[in-house]
Amino acid sequence: MIDWNHFTPLASLAGGVLIGLAASWLVLANGRIAGISGLLGGLVDRAADWRGRAAFIAGLVLAPLLYRVLAGDMPSANVTAAWPQLALAGLLVGVGTRYASGCTSGHGVCGLARLSPRSLVATLSFMAAGFGTVYLLRHVLA
Amino acid sequence: MKTLSALLAGLVFGLGLILSGMANPAKVQGFLDLAGAWDPSLALVMAGAIGAAFLPFRLAGQRKQSWLGEPLHLPGTREITPRLVLGSLLFGIGWGLAGLCPGPALVLLGTLSGPALVFVSAMLAGMELFRLLEHKRA
Repeated sequence: MIDWNHFTPLASLAGGVLIGLAASWLVLANGRIAGISGLLGGLVDRAADWRGRAAFIAGLVLAPLLYRVLAGDMPSANVTAAWPQLALAGLLVGVGTRYASGCTSGHGVCGLARLSPRSLVATLSFMAAGFGTVYLLRHVLA
Repeated sequence: MKTLSALLAGLVFGLGLILSGMANPAKVQGFLDLAGAWDPSLALVMAGAIGAAFLPFRLAGQRKQSWLGEPLHLPGTREITPRLVLGSLLFGIGWGLAGLCPGPALVLLGTLSGPALVFVSAMLAGMELFRLLEHKRA
């Protein structure tokens, strides 16, 4: 059953295009894949090229500020998980994305745009795990 | 120049995450809830992003260096390994539990969100754990 009340096709498509253009810019201008877990993981690993990584991450963190200047209010962001669940989730995302060498951006956007078979396997895996986890949370454990 | 360019890319990427709805964990979980009231919006985020990046990435693949004279760091690994699959599965479980993946979590951190701070701290701890485990192996 599709939730038409929350479906935002135009904003989501336009936001997606912005994401794709930013990733295109980073690879063409800086020669880097816009994979957030990889860029952040390199900082954790004390990689030598930390400036570009830190600058991209700073851009992400500052984006809400710019969004407010351009559009007024931020759209709502609702976190349903309690803190222990958030901490467990963050830990899994940190370890998992580093072992997988990528997340939604590196594999799901850049990798799929490059038609990488590795990224297709990664994307199908994390999607399946995401669907399964929310199914358990909402329809089995709830 | 390189640093400024990366900052701009991060800003636009972040604006895209906010506009698309990816920075709203409840919306992400609504997408992942196939058996409930399913919100398909995020499929369009991926379609838009991949569509916009497809030709530029082909162009990048043909170049020797970037516009700013940097080497092109394109992944060369082709093997499908257990690490890739198991890592992705762990990531997907975390993604479903919180409705957050790394990019949106950093964007929400910029709104001074307490939950994002908890999530990002744990995520950094997870990355540090990976570094320690892999450092020992090397």
